[in-house]
Amino acid sequence: MPREIIMGPNSYNRALHRYAILMSVLTGGLLTAGALVTSNDAGLSIPDWPLAYGSMVPPFVGGIRYEFSHRVFAGIVTTLTVILAAWLWRSEPRRWVRNFGWLALATVVIQAVIGGLTVIFRQPVAVSVAHATVAQVFFCCMIGLALFTSRWWQQDLAPVDDTGSPQVRTLSILCAAATFFQLILGAAFRHKGFGIAPHLVGAAVVTALVFWIAGALRNRFPSSPVFVRCRVLLHGLIGTQLLLGGAAWWSRLAYRDFPQPMPVMVMFTVAHVVVGAMTLAGTVVVALVSHHLLHESRRAVVAPSRAQEAM
Amino acid sequence: MNIRKCGLVLIAATMAFALASCGKSPETSQPASTAATPSGQPVDAATAGTITGTIKLDGTPPAAHKINMTAEAYCVTQHPTPVSDEEVVTGPGGVLQNAVVYISDDMSKWAFTVPTDPAKIDQKGCLYHPHIVTMIAGQNLEVTNSDNTTHNIHPIPSVNREWNESQPPGSAPLMKVFARPEDAIPVKCNVHPWMKSYIFAMKNPYFAVSGADGKYTIGNVPPGTYTVTVWQEKFGTKTQSVTVGPKETKTVDVSISAATGD
Repeated sequence: MPREIIMGPNSYNRALHRYAILMSVLTGGLLTAGALVTSNDAGLSIPDWPLAYGSMVPPFVGGIRYEFSHRVFAGIVTTLTVILAAWLWRSEPRRWVRNFGWLALATVVIQAVIGGLTVIFRQPVAVSVAHATVAQVFFCCMIGLALFTSRWWQQDLAPVDDTGSPQVRTLSILCAAATFFQLILGAAFRHKGFGIAPHLVGAAVVTALVFWIAGALRNRFPSSPVFVRCRVLLHGLIGTQLLLGGAAWWSRLAYRDFPQPMPVMVMFTVAHVVVGAMTLAGTVVVALVSHHLLHESRRAVVAPSRAQEAM
Repeated sequence: MNIRKCGLVLIAATMAFALASCGKSPETSQPASTAATPSGQPVDAATAGTITGTIKLDGTPPAAHKINMTAEAYCVTQHPTPVSDEEVVTGPGGVLQNAVVYISDDMSKWAFTVPTDPAKIDQKGCLYHPHIVTMIAGQNLEVTNSDNTTHNIHPIPSVNREWNESQPPGSAPLMKVFARPEDAIPVKCNVHPWMKSYIFAMKNPYFAVSGADGKYTIGNVPPGTYTVTVWQEKFGTKTQSVTVGPKETKTVDVSISAATGD
C-alpha cells in the first residue's frame, strides 16, 4: 500500500497557485470560444489580421461576433500569461517551473501567430489543425502549471512502488501521446483534412489505453487516494467524451442539409472539442502524477525521509 | 539547447510549416483590363444551331429548409416571411431551377470573345443574387453589396486563387476575375453562414442556367456532336450526348432522379 509522507511545502504560493488555476479555467474558456468560431463556420468572417475590418473593433454582427470575441479572449489570455510568466520568474524558486512559465508564454505567442496565419492564408488545413493542436498544448501547459504550483506537488512525497509491467509511467505517457494524436485527428476531421475513420480508430485506441491504465491503477494501487482520483478522472472524461462524440456525429448527420450550422450541432461539437481538451489534460495530469510519485530517481531523494520515518 | 533557443526554433519551424502549406498557385484574382479573344475558327452564324430543353426532377423533391437569420436582426427584417435555402428549387411538374447546362467538350477550335461586361453577383437581403453565377474564365466579376450590413464574400476555388474580402454597406463594387476555367466554385459569407452561391468560370460560351420554368437555351452552337453536361448543386452532374445539325434546334430534356441523383 502506498504511503505519503508530508514534509511541508517550502515554495508554495497560494496566490500564484490560484492564479494558475484561473488561467487554466480561462484557457478552457478560450478553447470554447475557438470551437464556437469553427462550429459556426465563422473562422474567416473577419478577413484581415491583426486588425479587424481595418480597425480595432469591427461591426459586431453575424459570425464576426464569434471570431472577434475569440480574438479578444485570446488577447486577454495572452496578456495574463505574460503576467503569469513574470510572476513565476519573480517568485518561483524552482528554475524548471520558471522555465515552464516562459515555455507557456512562447506557446501562446506561437498560437496567436498561427491564428493570424489561418486568417491570412484562409484556413489551410495544416495551419488550422496546427492552431487547434497548439491550443491543446497551451491548455496542458496551464493545467501543468496549476499542478506544479499546488501544495500537493510541493510536498515531499514518499515513492510508490510500481511492480507491474508495463510501468504505469510508461502507460501514462503512451495514453497522453495517443490522446494528443487523437485530438490532431479530430482537428483534421473538423477542418476537412481527413474523413471520420482515422478519428474513430483513434477513439478506440485511446479508450483502450485509458481502460488499460485505469485497470493498472486499480490493481496496483487500489487504496491510493491520488490514483483513485486519477482513475475516476480518466473514466469520467473518456465516458463523457465518447457520448459527446457520438452526439456530435449524429447531429452532424442529422443537420447536414441545413443551410447554416444548427445550435444542436454547434453545442455537441463544441462540447466534444472542449471535453477532448480536458481528456488530454487528464491524461497529462495522470502522467505527471505517475512520474511524480513513481519516478525512479525520486526514490533516492526521498530515501532519507523513509529513514526518518523509521526512526 | 536552452528554453529561449527552443522557443525560437519552434516559432521558425511553425512559420516555415505554415508558409509551406500555403503555397497555392497564385492565379490572379485581379480584374482583367482587356477582354481576351482566344484564337480559333469563327462560328458561322448561318449554320449555327441551338440546344434547348427542360431540366426536371423525377420524384419528390427534398424538403427545403427555412433559413434562420436570427444571427443578425437586419437580415430578419429583410424577409417578412422566412425564406428557404436554394439548394433544390423546383416548379410545377418538377421543373428544376438553377441547373447549369454546358457543353463540356473541347471547343477550343472555335473562336469566341470574352464579354467586356462583367458577370454580376449581389448581396441583397442577406442572400446571393443570383444563386448560380456563370461566366467565361477571364471575364470580370462585379460583386456588389445592396445590404445595409457587412458581408464578406469568400469563393473557395480549387484551381483559381482563393480570396476573401469584406464589403461593408455602401462600399464600391469589387471587381474580380477567375482566370482559369473551373466548375462550381463554392462561395460563402462567413458572417452569415447560410449565404451560399456557386460560380462557374467556363471554358467556352456554350452554357446556360435553367430558369424558374426549368428551361434553358444554348445558342450559336457550331454543327457537331457534343456532350451536354448538367450540374445541379445537390445532385451533381449528368451528361447526355447530342448532335446538332446546321441551323438545327435540338431539344435535350434532362431528368434527374430525386432518389439517386442519376
